[in-house]
Amino acid sequence: MSNYLKLLVLGVLTIFFMVAAGYARDLAYQVHAVILMCVAAGLFLATLRKTDEPVPVPVTGEYLDGVVRAGVVATAFWGVVGFLVGTFIAFQLAFPVLNFDWSEGFANFGRLRPLHTSAVIFAFGGNALIATSFYIVQRTSAARLWGGNLAWFVFWGYQLFIVLAATGYLLGGTQSKEYAEPEWYTDLWLTVVWVAYLAVFLGTIIRRKEPHIYVANWFFLAFIVTVAMLHVVNNLTIPVSIWGSKSVIVWPGVQDAMVQWWYGHNAVGFFLTAGFLGMMYYFIPKQANRPVYSYKLSIIHFWALIFLYIWAGPHHLHYTALPDWASTLGMVFSIVLWMPSWGGMINGLMTLSGAWDKLRTDPVLRMLVISVGFYGMSTFEGPMMSIRAVNSLSHYTDWTIGHVHSGALGWNGMITFGALYYLTPVLWKRERLYSLSLVSWHFWLATIGIVLYAASMWVTGIMEGLMWREVDANGFLVWSFADTVAAKLPMYVMRGLGGVLFLSGSLVMCYNLWMTVRRAPAKEASLSVAVPAE
Amino acid sequence: METYSLLRQFADSWMLLFLFLFFVGVIIWAFRPGSTKAYEDTANIPFRNADKPATESAAQSEAQK
Repeated sequence: MSNYLKLLVLGVLTIFFMVAAGYARDLAYQVHAVILMCVAAGLFLATLRKTDEPVPVPVTGEYLDGVVRAGVVATAFWGVVGFLVGTFIAFQLAFPVLNFDWSEGFANFGRLRPLHTSAVIFAFGGNALIATSFYIVQRTSAARLWGGNLAWFVFWGYQLFIVLAATGYLLGGTQSKEYAEPEWYTDLWLTVVWVAYLAVFLGTIIRRKEPHIYVANWFFLAFIVTVAMLHVVNNLTIPVSIWGSKSVIVWPGVQDAMVQWWYGHNAVGFFLTAGFLGMMYYFIPKQANRPVYSYKLSIIHFWALIFLYIWAGPHHLHYTALPDWASTLGMVFSIVLWMPSWGGMINGLMTLSGAWDKLRTDPVLRMLVISVGFYGMSTFEGPMMSIRAVNSLSHYTDWTIGHVHSGALGWNGMITFGALYYLTPVLWKRERLYSLSLVSWHFWLATIGIVLYAASMWVTGIMEGLMWREVDANGFLVWSFADTVAAKLPMYVMRGLGGVLFLSGSLVMCYNLWMTVRRAPAKEASLSVAVPAE
Repeated sequence: METYSLLRQFADSWMLLFLFLFFVGVIIWAFRPGSTKAYEDTANIPFRNADKPATESAAQSEAQK
């Protein structure tokens, strides 16, 4: 019966998108309508084939790991795509000739830059968060994912969101808000997927067999709930027409800027920090084979972090139309954030106390630990840059870009690589990884790449900040903007090389994971729990 | 009083007090007597049920311990 309803809805949607493709007012909308039409028609056919066929009996006695496996593949795939685009646009900045004439309007720097940021944050990071949260919530709740195939809806729905966002950027469908570029219908679709994600996660926690909710799940839950709130408030737009991608935000002027950076900074705070801390609190204890250093500290870490982060956004708006009290508030909260950030870092690192020798033999653990190290470094740098006086030098320079990348490549990237190295043998039931020396290669390629990146951005950022503000004895500016651009070339080339190293490391990882699934010895006899024959 | 001033006054008085007391409460709760023993069990959750979900009977015998 429900299949008939599905067929009806999918059929109506297919026709609607067909009509929308015809009436479309702009190219991005038209391409999206065609994509959505194909998806709806494909689902219609798939549902039709299943209708009036016997329904497979739902599995209950085991974890739902298929969706986590798919998430591991998607994370690795989008990671390589995002790093590749990032490396290319780094060279576009160094050598503007790479903005080819024939690609103007869809593959020039301005179009590719949001593609890069969204690919690494939302496609690579988002898939990593969805996959690891589904894995961790099942193990720490001792319960199968709630909602049956709803988890698969979340996975594929999220991939559709990524495809709509990415194609939209290339074709010019953007609302020009950093990290919130997708237009109104893409935002609506993400909201639907996100509510389903919350339902699956919360449903599993409610059905847990463990009396307590493990701390990693607290961080994941804070990430899911807060991102839902941020996404909705920052995307309250009114479409100009239902047949076009353009929409207008309801917030006027400076309020819009404040809402945008409240969103933008908490995308860092809750997407890239709270969610990934959930990974830290599971994978570091597992890989080191010892419980977290202090569970009490982890509780205080959680509440302090979520109470403070939400206020830090205004530090993006120093010296703007935003009232001084608001940007001072953001600056003070950013500085207080040193405490929980370093508390969490200490908790992660000290989990290894008494097991430091494992760092010598286990490159996966080394990767997890250096990610926490980079977390500590960038959460020290960030509050410092939020101080108004420092910000007057650093803002609008490449120092900011260097800071973001030491956090994103170092903390988010490395901990995700560590999680992928942990998950692949477990999910495909392999004895071990294909090659530990390839993990070491990846570790050093990525680390040297990040160091080249961050160091060159510090130099060029501080240099251009100083050049912009330098005045001669008569009070005239010494340098024109083009002088700073010319002076930055060597550092830009160096940054591009760092990107090449980081990208090659991720390719080594993909090869290693692929060979782990293909070649590493299968793990059959050594399952820790005997499985009864059924 | 217009909405802005009302909300602003509430935010930096009662709401601030509530959030501060809540946070102090969390710290006291984390250090309550007996918490060390309880958290030892919680911190070991990742090392259980790695391969399949707990069954009802296993969960009950775990709770009685």
